[in-house]
Amino acid sequence: MVHAPTLTPTTEESGPQPVRRARLRRRRGEELTKVLFVAPAALAMLALFGYPVVKNLLMSVQDYTLRTFFTGQAPWVGLRNYTTVVKDHLFSQAMVNTALFTIGSIAFQFGIGLALALFFRRRFPLGGVLRSLLLLPWLLPLIVSSATWRSILEQDSGILNRTLMGLGIVNDPVPWLNSPSVALIAVIGVNIWIGIPFNVTLLYSGLAEIPVELYEAGQLDGATGWRGFRYITWPNLRAVASVLLVLGVVYTIKVLDIILGLTGGGPANATQTLATQSYQRSFVDFKFGQGAALSNILIAISLAFAILYLRTTRRAVDE
Amino acid sequence: MIGNRIAAALAGVTALSLALAGCGDSGNKSSSSGQSVTSLSILDYYNNDPDKALVQKGLDSCASKLSITIKRETVPGDTLIAKVLQQASSKTLPDVLMLDNPDVQQIAATGALAPLNDLGLNADGVIQGMVDATSYQGKLYGLAPVTNTIALFYNKTMLADAGVQPPKTWDELKAAAKKLTKPGRYGMAFNANATYEGSWQFLPAMWTNGGDETDLKSPQVAEALQLWVDLVKSGSASKSVINWTQGDVKDQFVAGKAAMMVNGPWQIPALAKAPNVKWDVVTFPLNKPDQTPVAPLGGEAWTVPLNKDQAKQQKAADFVKCLNSDENELAWAKARFTLPTKTALLDQYAQEVPSMKAFAEQVKTARARTGKLGDKWPDAAKVIYQAIQLALTGKASAQDAFKQASG
Repeated sequence: MVHAPTLTPTTEESGPQPVRRARLRRRRGEELTKVLFVAPAALAMLALFGYPVVKNLLMSVQDYTLRTFFTGQAPWVGLRNYTTVVKDHLFSQAMVNTALFTIGSIAFQFGIGLALALFFRRRFPLGGVLRSLLLLPWLLPLIVSSATWRSILEQDSGILNRTLMGLGIVNDPVPWLNSPSVALIAVIGVNIWIGIPFNVTLLYSGLAEIPVELYEAGQLDGATGWRGFRYITWPNLRAVASVLLVLGVVYTIKVLDIILGLTGGGPANATQTLATQSYQRSFVDFKFGQGAALSNILIAISLAFAILYLRTTRRAVDE
Repeated sequence: MIGNRIAAALAGVTALSLALAGCGDSGNKSSSSGQSVTSLSILDYYNNDPDKALVQKGLDSCASKLSITIKRETVPGDTLIAKVLQQASSKTLPDVLMLDNPDVQQIAATGALAPLNDLGLNADGVIQGMVDATSYQGKLYGLAPVTNTIALFYNKTMLADAGVQPPKTWDELKAAAKKLTKPGRYGMAFNANATYEGSWQFLPAMWTNGGDETDLKSPQVAEALQLWVDLVKSGSASKSVINWTQGDVKDQFVAGKAAMMVNGPWQIPALAKAPNVKWDVVTFPLNKPDQTPVAPLGGEAWTVPLNKDQAKQQKAADFVKCLNSDENELAWAKARFTLPTKTALLDQYAQEVPSMKAFAEQVKTARARTGKLGDKWPDAAKVIYQAIQLALTGKASAQDAFKQASG
């Protein structure tokens, strides 16, 4: 996919001098054109991504507070912000919650997404309509989704507890958002609901790319049902799946609005993640340096996954 | 083509020189007299009606008195500080800035605000709590025309039906809440969420009982927390209080799902929209009969950001002074169910607006959140709401919660 056509004529070395020079000049011109084409994009990238990243790095080693906005002064403090946030008694809990939130969300988003994608590959009446309905959670603004889910999960009058109790599944209302041991599960559940459409969409298009002939050939060899999935579908879906999983991690690890909307990190910090901590330090406590330090830790983790992503896609292409 | 360009360039130069001349002109005038100031820019967070329009009325009356025009910008409440910071770094702060009273000291500490004493303003006759909130290192940085506080609302019909008197002590409160609780209804509702709002609603219990934010590990503070725990553990208040905002609490009360609630007078317009709910207000109950009720002081102060243009700064101060005239205080208080901040006006006001009587009484002894800790208050507030969360979810006892929350 990424193999660019190489411009290396084999006759070049043996060519007479003037021809070689002319070619060289032409090649330099081509290089310049290439650079000129790329330059605007590179500059835009630098301004849009480079600046905030560098600014965030600088901020994390400064004592950046409310005062800074007025005086412009932010004394350098070295790594003190990092040690402060790591030593905080909430840090380890936030790390564990972030890991649980990310792994839980992705495992189920992907699993359910894959099951639904396989289901919708069969042709049946209204299949297309249903599939587009499935996109709805994705189209809703996150703040709307979380507000709606908050009222659904309300302990006393929420529709979920009323339904469960009406059906006799539970005797007492479940404290979805009020108990530290349940809240994280509830929040992960809502995030799974939000993430499924994205997974279905990508996996469905991945499935559509697999040639029908493979299955026809597989059928002759007895590769149907589970074996068909194991030996035909999964190997052909692997590239899409690995992209999806890594994107999922990078996206999920920094989820903020859903948690803020549902629990605000509570009850008793049960749903506190690195992202909510970073937000609170910056925009509630106005300790911008510490907030930046936390978000840099987040970026470092995301970066590790992004590198993983690049490696897997390269390998997928090489294969 | 070229001709056009030259013409454009010339026009530009002319405009520029005119603008420069204009600047120099106004600069000269302002240094000699304050008369040249014809307009002031204002930033506040009353971005929804009816407050937006009612505040506009007050602003307009002062503008016409000072014969100036105003350029007002309103932003949502939770984005005001972000907006102020953004303006501070680009040096575009407004001439008059409204701030929530607990934020005044923090912003004053950054050096962004002009001390009002130097501009001929003082806080004579203003309730002490508000003076504490708007002063920083002995200087006055803001004046609040109106204030508010929280007290105990109760549903008159429900209490009468249950044969319960409005509670005066914590024991009475717990007993009443229990008696008023039945399927589909809680006796009591309050807000204990993990934000500054949760801390604010806890303060009447904490302060009335002699608790102090400078020593959160005291038995008085733990006792107050135990009251919240008892109300939730006994089932007299919903477990959901740890996620409720004050708006949610009001919704429960209006829907008849709560018989009593801790809330502020800004909910009165919403309550008025539910005429079938008959309600009244009493001051927050006491732990022991000899205590005096102490509630936190709310309300917004108007400040004057530092301005190189002395004339403009003086005009802004005059404008703030006008906003805090007796006449304006009473007008705003009546229109918006808030309370005047001058002690002398409170009794007259309570007579004219009977529904505000309990609040008028409560506000005289009300304390400012930043009165003792100043710009360190947010740290204490955070410990308070974390401790409430730990205790109400059963992760710590009321005695240990504050120790755990302080990390």
